[in-house]
Amino acid sequence: MEKETIKPENIISILATDCGSTTTKAILIEKQGDEYRLVTRGEAPTTVEAPFEDVTKGVLNAVKEVEELRGRILLDENKIISPQKDNTGVDIYISTSSAGGGLQMLVAGVVKAMSAESAERAALGAGAIVMDVLASNDGRMPHEKIARIRHLRPDMILLSGGVDGGTISHVVEMAELLRAANPKPRLGANYRLPVIYAGNKNVIPEVEKNLKDVTDLFIVSNLRPVLERENLGPARDKIHELFMEHVMAQAPGYKKLMEMTHAPIMPTPGAVGTIIQVIARNENISVVGVDIGGATTDIFSVFKDPYSGEPVFNRTVSANLGMSYSISNVLAEAKLENILRWVPFEIDETDLRNRIGNKMIRPTTIPQSLDELKIEQAIAREALRLSFIQHKSFAVGLKGVQKERTISDTFDQSSTGETLVNMMDLDLLVGSGGVLSHAPRRHQSARMMIDAFLPEGITQLAVDSIFMMPQLGVLSSVHEKAATEVFVKDCLLHLGTCIAPVGTIKPGKEMVTVKLELPEGKTYHETIPFGEMVLIEAPYVPINAEITPVRGIDVGNGPGNALNTTIYGGLVGIIIDTRGRNPFVLPTNHDMRIKKLQAWSQAVKEFEN
Amino acid sequence: MAHAYTPGLKVLEKTILTKTRRLPLKGTVKVKKGDMVKAEDIVASTELPGNVYPLNLANFLNVDPSEVVNFLVKKEGDVINKGDVIAETKGLFGLFKRSVMSPRSGTLESVSKITGQAIIREAPIPVNINAYIDGIVDEVIPNEGVIIRTSAAFIQGIFGIGGERRGVLKVMVEKPTDTLTDDLIDDSCKGKVLVGGAFMTLEAFKKAEKTGVEGIIVGGFNYKDIKDIVGYDIGVAITGQEPINTTLIITEGFGEIHMAMQTFNLLKKHEGFVTSVNGATQIRAGVIRPEVIICLAEKAESKIQQAEVKGMDIGTVVRVIRAPYFGVLGEVMELPHGLQKLESGSMARVAKVKLYDLNKEVMLPRANLEIYETN
Repeated sequence: MEKETIKPENIISILATDCGSTTTKAILIEKQGDEYRLVTRGEAPTTVEAPFEDVTKGVLNAVKEVEELRGRILLDENKIISPQKDNTGVDIYISTSSAGGGLQMLVAGVVKAMSAESAERAALGAGAIVMDVLASNDGRMPHEKIARIRHLRPDMILLSGGVDGGTISHVVEMAELLRAANPKPRLGANYRLPVIYAGNKNVIPEVEKNLKDVTDLFIVSNLRPVLERENLGPARDKIHELFMEHVMAQAPGYKKLMEMTHAPIMPTPGAVGTIIQVIARNENISVVGVDIGGATTDIFSVFKDPYSGEPVFNRTVSANLGMSYSISNVLAEAKLENILRWVPFEIDETDLRNRIGNKMIRPTTIPQSLDELKIEQAIAREALRLSFIQHKSFAVGLKGVQKERTISDTFDQSSTGETLVNMMDLDLLVGSGGVLSHAPRRHQSARMMIDAFLPEGITQLAVDSIFMMPQLGVLSSVHEKAATEVFVKDCLLHLGTCIAPVGTIKPGKEMVTVKLELPEGKTYHETIPFGEMVLIEAPYVPINAEITPVRGIDVGNGPGNALNTTIYGGLVGIIIDTRGRNPFVLPTNHDMRIKKLQAWSQAVKEFEN
Repeated sequence: MAHAYTPGLKVLEKTILTKTRRLPLKGTVKVKKGDMVKAEDIVASTELPGNVYPLNLANFLNVDPSEVVNFLVKKEGDVINKGDVIAETKGLFGLFKRSVMSPRSGTLESVSKITGQAIIREAPIPVNINAYIDGIVDEVIPNEGVIIRTSAAFIQGIFGIGGERRGVLKVMVEKPTDTLTDDLIDDSCKGKVLVGGAFMTLEAFKKAEKTGVEGIIVGGFNYKDIKDIVGYDIGVAITGQEPINTTLIITEGFGEIHMAMQTFNLLKKHEGFVTSVNGATQIRAGVIRPEVIICLAEKAESKIQQAEVKGMDIGTVVRVIRAPYFGVLGEVMELPHGLQKLESGSMARVAKVKLYDLNKEVMLPRANLEIYETN
């Protein structure tokens, strides 16, 4: 397709797709007056796999649906019409993709907690699934490392190690192991595996000697040029470039898709990370974002570094925690009893296991009955909880780019490094992905996020209305104004605020007194005992709140101290959660647990009665 | 979803089938176009590069990596046996000598002056690919493999474990609603591919494996029993490499689900035929479903006519693939436009389906229907 370059201010329509592992989602954005707004969306099953093996079929099907719903022509047979003329076509078309397994990488460094961890951070930041992290000191024998490299078939490898002027032999040793293993790419045997070297610049000749003739070798600046500083940008940019040129080009139909788009196709998680950072920066807040998909769950966070006060972005991907393809792995990792603890009715264990197995082998099916929905949402809680545990253990120490540390900090960054994720400091929790964005009632999304993430103190909750953060992420790279306007007005749905006192006391004892000045002169003033959930319906407007915990209980101003603040309601309202934190414990008695789950559900109006 | 596709599993009474038999690396093709082959015949072979074993000579000899080359007893490219001395220091007056013996037999591939590391590569691993099915060599892929063509009955399962196996088909139950239990399995089942009905017990599988059964085709099986068989949880549906002696193919899903009548009848019709089965399943990234191939005696005259995958329409025969009504076949009566509210509260596109066995019409989400492909 001939692509005309249109000045951003002249763009009046934008079509964006996200090719997920299960579904391809299309959104249409149009300029209405001075602002950009989402006008419609469409979706169709992703067609990267047999029998179609052409991703553009699913894209065109999704666009066809947009075309029908909007009532204007966007397609000319199998082409997206561009630029827009009169009422036909769109000015730009962009896309993200995680179909066909996304971007799968192997990373290698010298010291596991230093260069290898920085390499992992670079790969994750670029939107990759990291299949394994190899390091000289990872505890595996050299022949075990070779066996592992041979076994995995990554899309590309990122090799780092050594500060500039530092160790040579360890880096060369890793290169020698790679050479001996002679790894093959995942998609097709007709091209050589891309390897990015981003380590000690003095080792470049040796790395070239070892890898140039057996791999497609690319050299970029050292991602850890000195101990105290990371420089992830060049490696990350190269990963994006190679993702487009090598990985996407091998996937069925992607060559055609690349010709259709006006900007490079971004890996979905990379795009979501971009938009999460935009929110945190614009609002100057701490954010946790989650995107729970069919195959993987991504968690993004921006928290202030306690030492420098600078915002730090982190992303993790739990490659095998998802709601369809990977649903059985959630069962395997979380264990049955942890899923069962969220199911508010009696169910036979064998039956539950069979239902989960059947969802794995028929991943595109949806819950038809209410009980099936409750089971899926129970599994989602555990997938989110496990993914968040992984995120907290990774989001430590160094930040994404240009972090200065003292030498002593560097040595303890990971082994003793505390997580940057401080739930009491968290301002906003954003949920995205099918199970959260498409829950029949927003109250269910709020409950799933509260139960899985266990926010502390005062935390705003929001969901991505129709699961369009990926498209807005890639849009922000070509048209930030449009991306931001649509994000604020059409994407982010404010569910409300969760007030969760931290600490635990005896059941039934008074835990917190909450006084709210609600709109229209109404007030709320109640003392809530331990072990309850309470919903106060209130819209998304500023509400003065005075929250007074009992002795030993903290709502954000220290144990026993009252907190005067402004909070917001939303589509759900304000949820007071006095079930306790650190620890949060569900009743162990079977009947009591079911009774409590049902009572909490009813209190927050989770299901229609 | 105006253009939604819901491809289903194939149950084909007679089809011209081609199977690509490709080596993992380039090698030698042993047959030529037009050759008639039996399933057991080796059609291509190659050698995988041997396993690699690194050995840090500098550390063992306690010398600088750059000096290692001075102490080599064997040189790069030499064939070495386990226990052979690769490098040795001279010591002092013949004393305090240090020597490094090879822990593996193979070839000394390289010695690094930077790291002092030697790479020993073991002997190549031979790989032979058989034809898997009886048929004719339709095409030779030079140095890589062949495409075999045959006339066959072909059934796809939904999930399987275990790799390619072959045996005479033996139907073990009367009806597709029956359960295959261990007491039905005896020595006469050895080397056979057994057909069960709606369900098979774990005990039955264990006895079958002990008896030497090659494969089992059954409607349903408990998901938790898979762990008992393979020893671990199958978290993501990528299978085919399990270390088991009996391949298991599930045609409908987990739990007790009647085998579709058409599938059961087709298998029953071919009782006594030699049947190839493969449990390999991969739901993601290039769907692979487990398969049952019953080669027919007749000559496969033409290439496979790839049936065009059509969308769901009025009159399409579908199978319900989620509770309630899981496994029930029916016919699409209506495809209402717009979204409808399900009991779960979700809004979804639906289809009105006449369920054959239950003789009633119900609204079901289209996502929970699968097109039932037959001929």
